[in-house]
This record gives sequence, structure tokens and C-alpha cells, in this order.
Amino acid sequence: MAAGLPTPTEYVKHHITNLSYGEGLWTIHPDTLVVSFLLGVFFLTFFIIAARRATAGVPGGLQNFVEMVIDFVDESVKGSFHGPRNFIGPLALTIFVWVFLWNLMDLVPVDYLPYLSYKVLGLDYTRVVPSADINGPFGLSFTVLAIIIIFGMKGKGAVGFGKELLHHPFGSNPLLWPANLLLNMVEMIAKPVSLGLRLFGNLYAAELIFVLIALLPWWIQFIPGGMWAIFHILVIPLQAFIFMTLTIVYVALAYEEH
Amino acid sequence: MDLSIGTLIGQAGTFIVFIWVTMKFVWPPLVQAMEERRQKIAEGLAQSDEAEKALEKAQAEAEGIIKEARAKAGDIIEQASTRGNQMIEQAREEAIAEHDRRVEAAEAEIRQATNQARETLRERVAELAMTGASRVIEKEIDANKHRDILDKLAEEL
Repeated sequence: MAAGLPTPTEYVKHHITNLSYGEGLWTIHPDTLVVSFLLGVFFLTFFIIAARRATAGVPGGLQNFVEMVIDFVDESVKGSFHGPRNFIGPLALTIFVWVFLWNLMDLVPVDYLPYLSYKVLGLDYTRVVPSADINGPFGLSFTVLAIIIIFGMKGKGAVGFGKELLHHPFGSNPLLWPANLLLNMVEMIAKPVSLGLRLFGNLYAAELIFVLIALLPWWIQFIPGGMWAIFHILVIPLQAFIFMTLTIVYVALAYEEH
Repeated sequence: MDLSIGTLIGQAGTFIVFIWVTMKFVWPPLVQAMEERRQKIAEGLAQSDEAEKALEKAQAEAEGIIKEARAKAGDIIEQASTRGNQMIEQAREEAIAEHDRRVEAAEAEIRQATNQARETLRERVAELAMTGASRVIEKEIDANKHRDILDKLAEEL
């Protein structure tokens, strides 16, 4: 995008490089943070306006739509989690809508926003799909891990939760404790990792394909691009839904007695 | 895949703030509104059910009342017709009785008049007979002397 025509390799590489500040593990990706923050603000503004105007009477169009989403999320939560929903409901709603909006950014033609940010803000690198940056999904999924642990302790008590870590699945013999603990630790880490990687993988691959399609001659792009976009319309809500459902299931598993 | 702890923590923090906002300002009012509406609808449905039942009951009641009224009307009509017939019968009887009485009175009057006429006639005949006889025998007849004959004559008339 900068001066001169980049080679295909450079073009692809450029598109999958985040804007970053700092070095090593402590790097910050402002593009992911800002885009996801703006999307979240968009989501909350939208829903708070609806909540402010909420009446038990005849709902308007906005309220209808928002209630449909809430009802859908609430039904999903009800299906697997049988405790009070005053936290899990908002959690699931936030995940579903926020991740959905993240994924939706994938449908913006790959060059538009990076070009805009280059021209207007002078930024060399911009990635606009937060779920295609591993830190986005992992940011969510490791928070979910913390919630799983908190709900495990809430549901079974800190002692009960600790006991389950040590006694499950092989038995309560002290000799088996290390094996139990190790297995449970692996399981516990596997949950957020798989949760995050699933979302990341899907969206990263999709983004990459859009970038590859963008390498084709401009007059043919709309055919594979359109086809992939239509297919991707399926993936966008599906991945958001899977992320939400698995979160609910994990929290429910931790919260309830086996 | 470039893991960046800073972005990770940033995302997690944003996520937590968003959950909190959703939990505070989005979820409760909407869920409450939906629940209230659900209750309203349930109440409305129950009320309409009740109203329907009440209507059915009222209809049955009305039907009963109409049936009763119809039966009563029939009774009244029957009674009236009986009473009418009775009145006509009574009037006829009265009329017949009146008629009879009048006829009787007229007959009595006629009889009286006849008797009177007969009496007068009788007296006149007796007189005539006396006059006639006295003319025939050219001699006064003592009416008292021949009273019995005259009476006999008058009786025969």
C-alpha cells in the first residue's frame, strides 16, 4: 500500500501484521484494542438506548430487536446453566454480540480501513478484525477461565472446588493427588486455549482468504470474494454463538455438582 | 501468531468492563420489561378466558330466562283465553236470562192486558145482553134478579 507495488508475499504479510508498540511479550496492539473497544461501545450504546426506553407495553423496532437477541441468549443460558442468571446472562450477551461484531469486521473489504488509517492517521499497519488477532480471543477466553474458577468456588465452596481438583477423576487417595491435579490443570488450561484458538483460527483463516482473493485481478475479485463473503456470513454468528455456548457450558460444569 | 500480554490484558480489562456495564445497565431493565410484558400477557389471556366463561354463563342464564318468560307468556295467554271464554259464556248466560226475564214480563203484561180486556168485554157483553134482552121483552129487567144468569153468560164468553 505504501509507495510502489508490493509483491504478493509482502502484501499478505502486511495485512496480517498488527500495529504494535513495545517489544516482545509486552507489545501492545492498539489496532485490536481500539477496534474492539469501539465495537463494544457501539454494542453498549445500542443496547443501553434500548434498555432506557424499555417498556412492558408495546415494544418498538429497536426494543423488539434487542429483546430478540436477549431472549435468544437467555434461552441458551437457561438450557445449560441452572443457577441465577444475573451474571451469566450479561456475560453471555456481551460475548455473543461483541464477538459477533468482531467477526463482522471481516466483511469490510480488506483494504478499506487499513488504507483509511494509513491516509488519515498515518499508521503503517492496521488489522481491523480483533478475533483474527490471537490476543483478542485469548483475552476473552482467559477471562472466561477466571470466571470458571470463580463460579467453581461459588458453586462448591473454595474447599469443595479444591477437593475436586485433587480427588477427581482418579480417586481421593492422597497418592493420586498429583496425577489428579495435573490432569485437572491440563483440562483447565485446555478450555480457554481451545475456546480462543477455535475463534481465532476460523477468523484468521477467513481473513487470510479475503487477503488472497484481494491479490486476484480486480475484475474477477467479486466472484470468489462474494462467494466467500456469503459463506462467511454463516461463520460469523456461528463462531460467536459457539464461543458463548461453550462459555456457558464450562461455567455450568464448574458451578454444578457432578 | 504473535502473543502480546499487553493486548491480552487490555482485552480482558475491556471485556470485564463491558460485562459490568451490560450487567448494570442493559440486562436488568430489558429482562424486567420482558418479564412484565409476559405477566401482562398472561393476565390478559386469563382475563379473556374468564370473560369468555362469564359470557357463556350469562348466555345460558339469558336462555333460561327467555325460556321461562316464554312459558309464562304461554300460561298467561291460555289463562286470558280461558277467562275470555268464561266472560263470553257468562255474558251469554246473562243475556239469555235477561231475555227470558223480559219475555216473561212482556207475557205477564200481555196476559194482564188480555184479562183486563176480557173483563171489560165481559162487562160490555153483559150490558149489551141486558140491553138486548130488555129491548126484546121491552121491559126493564132487574139486573139484580138475573144476576146469576148474567154471570153465567159472562163466564161462558
